[in-house]
Amino acid sequence: MVERKLKRWITLIVLLSVILAAISLLALILGPARIPLAEILHPGQAARAILFKVRLPRIVLGFVVGAALGVAGVIFQGMFRNPLVEPYTLGVSGGAALGVSLSVILQVDRVLPLSGFLGALGAIWLVYFIARQRGYLRISMLLLTGVMISFISSALILLLMSLVHREQLHGILFWIMGTMGETNLGFIRLASVFILTGIVISFFFARDLNALSLGEEEAFHLGLNTERTKRILFALGSLVAGAAVSVSGMIGFVGLLIPHFVRMTVGTDHRILLPCSGLAGGVFLIGADTLARTIISPLELPVGVVTGIIGGSVFIYLLTRRSLKFGR
Amino acid sequence: MLEVKKVSVGYNSTEVLRDIDFKVSSKDFLGIIGPNGSGKTTLLRVISKVLRPWSGEVIFQGKNISQIANPEIARQMAVVGQGRQDPIFPLSVKEFVLLGRTPYLRRFQLMESERDLKIVQEVMGLTDTLGLEERCIEDLSGGERQRVVIAQALAQEPQFLLLDEPTAHLDIGHQIEVLDLIKRLNEGENLTVLMVSHDLNLAADYCNRLILLKQGRIFQEGSPREILTYQNIEEVYETLVVVKENPISSNPHVFLVPGRKKMR
Repeated sequence: MVERKLKRWITLIVLLSVILAAISLLALILGPARIPLAEILHPGQAARAILFKVRLPRIVLGFVVGAALGVAGVIFQGMFRNPLVEPYTLGVSGGAALGVSLSVILQVDRVLPLSGFLGALGAIWLVYFIARQRGYLRISMLLLTGVMISFISSALILLLMSLVHREQLHGILFWIMGTMGETNLGFIRLASVFILTGIVISFFFARDLNALSLGEEEAFHLGLNTERTKRILFALGSLVAGAAVSVSGMIGFVGLLIPHFVRMTVGTDHRILLPCSGLAGGVFLIGADTLARTIISPLELPVGVVTGIIGGSVFIYLLTRRSLKFGR
Repeated sequence: MLEVKKVSVGYNSTEVLRDIDFKVSSKDFLGIIGPNGSGKTTLLRVISKVLRPWSGEVIFQGKNISQIANPEIARQMAVVGQGRQDPIFPLSVKEFVLLGRTPYLRRFQLMESERDLKIVQEVMGLTDTLGLEERCIEDLSGGERQRVVIAQALAQEPQFLLLDEPTAHLDIGHQIEVLDLIKRLNEGENLTVLMVSHDLNLAADYCNRLILLKQGRIFQEGSPREILTYQNIEEVYETLVVVKENPISSNPHVFLVPGRKKMR
């Protein structure tokens, strides 16, 4: 029975990896200049430049950002026992957006991802600091504080936006809508290593998430060190999401929907839910980004718009088709 | 097995329990009774390390419980809480019971071992839940659910089982079924049991010793016959009752007297 379960899990992961490879290949082929499969295998100089300088980094970025959002979504939904929580709920994106807006205004926008990440770190620290009382991290308090910090950040961003010049406004708006257009390979590399490390560490907490989904005190009685686990999970989820936001802006719906999609197919065990959500998030975002940059080519849609429209509608369709239980 | 020494504890600055002092020996079936707000559940929480005592100490298997690591405690002590909340996402009965093996799994161990599965089979057999294996937790009836929760606790292979009102919300048939099961485990499997109960008559029939709490203090401790007297109950619950003998079990049985509640 254990072997059967393990076999099923491995099949799922292999299947998703194959889909990932297929969609990545498609993303390499499609674009303003179409590069046929034969040429991808033996690229000329021009094709080589497009493939390695433009499309491949974008695919890598799409994968790590999608994976980060998927995994952070699973972590937060599991630890908060709440199907409506997503990686951005806890103020991470608000903080990042505030950091980015500030750096646009101060015209240090060559380091946008860095300021985004600093903003995210600031928000995470603030939420944690406020939610921690007498050494206890209260889950409900964490959630409410996060939502409030998000609100305050949005208000501050609106304030900044009302004060700046039009070109700067455009810069902020573009970032907020979310894009896979980051071209600095250094940032992409840094974010990838950071995110993948975080994701791998989170796999070792899969069983803790399983126990936590029964309730905090129930998990404690199963031998969990709940205070430490909550702190680690909060830090992991927030940091991974923060890194994703700072290189890609706010790409909505991935972190909320992917965990639900995956849960419908693979079940609620976090040991399989976490890796599959990572892979599925990557696949989904690479696909959405490919669509965003080809559908009205040579213009490009903000990828957040595509993820929102596709993700939301497919999800509603699935909801009406299958009788799902989302707690109560 | 367990020694509670002069424990006082509370929430924020309100003291809930004061100078609680008692012992549970191996194979005991101890009942904790008392009115709402007398501190029964708090006592359970302090024994299971959820709350840290303000003063005094809880000694479990000869060691101060605050010095024992959580997984170590969970391998010897299981708690069936009052929580009626469902897991937030659908979970099958089998997966739910398997979670009881959590304290035995190492961090880098991906899958459960054959032994874990064997134990889960055993406890599901004991609790008569094998037929429910593939069902979803939230689709179970109250009685089935309680048996499944107990199965999860037993999967921890505990020597000491703490129960917080295990028969609340159950009809009489299921009340007897659940308590018979626990009694069987107590006698057959040498499981020491501490049960918080609101039902005085069930407590009288199943526990060999009772502790009566009143406003956070132990009012009296002893056999059901010693504790369940009409004087004690009138004083602690401020309610008029008549106590007679249960003709079958010859344990004390408490009868309520309608229309005669003394108001404070």
